[in-house]
Amino acid sequence: MTTISVRRASVGIVGGIAVALSLTACAGDDLGGGGTGGGDGGDADCSAYEQYGTFDGEQVTISSTISDQEGDQLEESWADFSECTGIQIEHNGTNEFESQIFVQVEGGNAPNLAIFPQPGLMQRMQAGDYLAPAGDDVVAAAQENYTEDWLSYGNIDGTQYGVPIMGSVKSFVWYSPSAFEENGYEVPETWDDLMALSDQISADHGSDTVKPWCFGIESGGATGWPATDFLEDMVLREAGPDVYDQWVNHEIPFNDPQIVASLERAGEILQNDEYVNGGIGDTRSIATTAWSDAGLQVLDGNCFLFRAASFFEAQLPEGTEVGPDGDIFAFYLPADTAEDQPLLVAGDYVAAFDDNEATQAVQAYLASPEWANTRVSIGGVVSPNQGVDPENASSDVLRLTLELMQDEGAVARFDGSDMMPSEVGAGTFWSALTDWIDGGSDAEEALTTVENSWP
Amino acid sequence: MGFLLFSKNGQLVLAVIAFLAVLAILLLVARFADRMKGRGQTVVMTLVFGGPALLLLAVGLIYPAIRTLWMSVMDARSESFVGFSNYAYLFEGGLTALGNTLLWVVLVPIGSTLIGLVYAVLIDNSRFEKVAKSLLFLPMAISFVGAGIIWKFVYEYRGSAQEQIGLLNAVLTWIGLEPLRFLQDSPWNTLFLIAVMVWIEAGFAMVVLSAAIKAVPNDIIEAARLDGANAWQLFARVTVPSIRPSLVVVLTTICIATLKVFDITQTMTGAEFNTQVLANEMYDWSFTFGDNGIGSAMAVVIFVLVIPLVIYNVRQMNKNKAVRG
Repeated sequence: MTTISVRRASVGIVGGIAVALSLTACAGDDLGGGGTGGGDGGDADCSAYEQYGTFDGEQVTISSTISDQEGDQLEESWADFSECTGIQIEHNGTNEFESQIFVQVEGGNAPNLAIFPQPGLMQRMQAGDYLAPAGDDVVAAAQENYTEDWLSYGNIDGTQYGVPIMGSVKSFVWYSPSAFEENGYEVPETWDDLMALSDQISADHGSDTVKPWCFGIESGGATGWPATDFLEDMVLREAGPDVYDQWVNHEIPFNDPQIVASLERAGEILQNDEYVNGGIGDTRSIATTAWSDAGLQVLDGNCFLFRAASFFEAQLPEGTEVGPDGDIFAFYLPADTAEDQPLLVAGDYVAAFDDNEATQAVQAYLASPEWANTRVSIGGVVSPNQGVDPENASSDVLRLTLELMQDEGAVARFDGSDMMPSEVGAGTFWSALTDWIDGGSDAEEALTTVENSWP
Repeated sequence: MGFLLFSKNGQLVLAVIAFLAVLAILLLVARFADRMKGRGQTVVMTLVFGGPALLLLAVGLIYPAIRTLWMSVMDARSESFVGFSNYAYLFEGGLTALGNTLLWVVLVPIGSTLIGLVYAVLIDNSRFEKVAKSLLFLPMAISFVGAGIIWKFVYEYRGSAQEQIGLLNAVLTWIGLEPLRFLQDSPWNTLFLIAVMVWIEAGFAMVVLSAAIKAVPNDIIEAARLDGANAWQLFARVTVPSIRPSLVVVLTTICIATLKVFDITQTMTGAEFNTQVLANEMYDWSFTFGDNGIGSAMAVVIFVLVIPLVIYNVRQMNKNKAVRG
C-alpha cells in the first residue's frame, strides 16, 4: 500500500518537473503578439534599414502604456525593421506601466527601452540613475528631426535621454462645420474674435438649454484635469511660454498675478452663465459632467464650441463624420494675435536603460522619419517628427495636428501637470480647480491653495 | 524562461507548477513523518499542515503590517525618520476625511443592519421568501465600482430647463420640484454616497440575520405567545436578544468593510465636494502621489480604528463557544 502511494507521489513529482523543463525549453518563442519573427510578404525593401546594421536574433524589450489595438499598430510599425536587421523586438504594453516600471527597474529587471507618456516620470527614472543617455546616432537623428521645444523635455541636465516619438495637441476647439455654415460663422483667428463669436452665438441661439460653449471636467479619481489643461492653455496665451516654464518649475509662485489673470481669462468662459454649459446646465454643472459627454453636445446642437485635445476624436460615436465638411471638426484655440501659435502638447518619449548596440539601433530607428511616417500611415496617431508627411495622417484632425506641430511659428509646451510633483499635478491642482468651477472659491483662493500645498 | 516569466499565460502556468510542487513536497514529508513516532511525529505534522499557512500569514500579513508601521514614521520615499509628522498631517489636512469617515462608520452598519433585520423579519416564512431574499442580496454581487457607476447615473443632475437623465431628478421634476445636485452639494452628498453602501450591504445583513432568526427555538416563541406578547414585543423582547451574537457579527463586519471602501467616493465624486474618506486619502497619498509616509500613517490609523471591533468580535465568539460548549 505504502509503496504504491509513494510511487504515485514520485510519478507526480517527476511528471511535474518534466513539464516544467519542457516549458523552459520553449522559452523565447513567439509570445502572442510580442515577437516579430516570421514577417509575412517576403523581404521588405531592406536597403532603408542598412544604416542600422544587422544583428543575429538579438532581443530588445520595450515597455509602454500602449496596449490593445494601438499596441498591435505599434508592433506593426517596426515589423519590417525587425525583419531586416534581425532584431527581435519584444513589446510589453500595459495600463499598469507607471507603477510597474519602477518595480521592474528597482528589481533589476529593466527592459531595454521604455516609452514614457510623461517627461516627469522619465526624470524620476533618471534621478534614480537608471537611464542610459541616448547614443550619438540617436542624438543626431533627434536633433535633425525635432524642434528644441520637443527635445528639451527629454533633455535632463544637458544630456539627451528621451526622444519624443508620438505626440498630440491639446489646444483645439471642436465645433460643428454644418452649424457654422448655416449661421454664417467663421473660424476665429484671434482670442478677441473667439469672444466676439461666443457673444454672437449667445445672441442668436442663447436659451436655457442652448449655449455657445460646453465643458465637463468629471473623470472619476482624475476629476478636474480638463480644467487644468484649459488653464495651461490660458497661461501660454496670457503670460507667454517663458512664464509658463517658470510656473511649471515653481520658479514663480503658483498664485502669481499672471497666473491668476490667466485663470480669470478662463473664467470669462467657464464661469459665465451666458456661455456655459450647453445641453447640460449652469456653470456649476461643469464639475459633474464627464469631459466627453460635454463634447457630444456639439453633435446634438446644444452648444457650438468645445475645448478639448485632438484625442477627443476617439470618443466620437461610430459613423460620425470628422472633417472640415463633416459633422464635427476642430480649429486651433487662438492666441491673442494670429501670428502667435503656442501649443499645449502631450507626447511619448522613448528612453533607454542600457547602451547595447541593438538597443541603440532600435532607439535611433524610432527617432527617424522613416519610423514616424510608417506609424502615422498605419493610423490613429501623429508624431512631432518634422520629417512626417501630413498626407500620411489617417484623419483630418490628425492632419491638422501635424500641420500645427510642424509650423515654424509653433511653440510647443508640454502639459504642465505632468511635470509638477504628483501631490500637486494629480492632487491639489485638480481639486482646487474643481472647487473653483463649483463656485467654492475664486481664482486667487484656488491658486493659493495649490501654492500652499507645493511640497 | 522568458515565456514563463513575462507572458500572462506563462505566469499562470508557473503559478500552477509552483503550487503543485509545494503540495508534492509537503505530501512527501508527511509520508515520511508517518514512519516517525510520538512527539517527533506531532511536530512534523504540525509543521507540514500548519507551516504553509503560517508562512503565508507571516509574509503576507505580519511582515507588511510591521513594514507599514515603519514606513509611517519615515518620509515620503522612506529614507529618513520624521517622527509623528505624518500623523500630524492627518489632523491638519485630513480633518474632512476623518469627519466623513466617522459619519460612514456610524451610519452604514446601523442603516444596513436595520434594513436587513426588518426585511428578514417581514419576509420570514412568507410565500415570496426566496425571491425577496435574492432581490435584496443581488447588490452584493456587484463590485463597489459598478454600484458607484449605477448610482452616479441615478443621481445625475441636469439644469432645470434640460431633460433629466438621472432617475431621482426625473422623478423630482415630474412631481414639479427643482432638480437637486445630489453629489455636489455638501454635506448632503456624503449621505447620498452612504446610501449606496447601505444598498450594497443590506443584503448581507439580511441573509445572516434571517438565518439567525430561523434558529431561534420555537418553544421560546410559543411560550412568549402564550404569555400574551404582541408582534412588537415578540420582536423586541424575544427575537432580537436571541440573535444578539449574529447582530454583533453583522455590525462589526459591515463596520470593517466601511472603513476600507474608497471605490464609491472615487468613482462617484472623485472625492471632491467634501466627500473625502480615510481609505480614499490613503489610496491617493500612497499610490497617486507616491508618498509612502502619509499613506502608511493613514493605513495605520484605519487599522487602529478596526482593532477594537475585531477584539469585540473575537470575545463574542469565545463567549458563544463557552455557552454552546
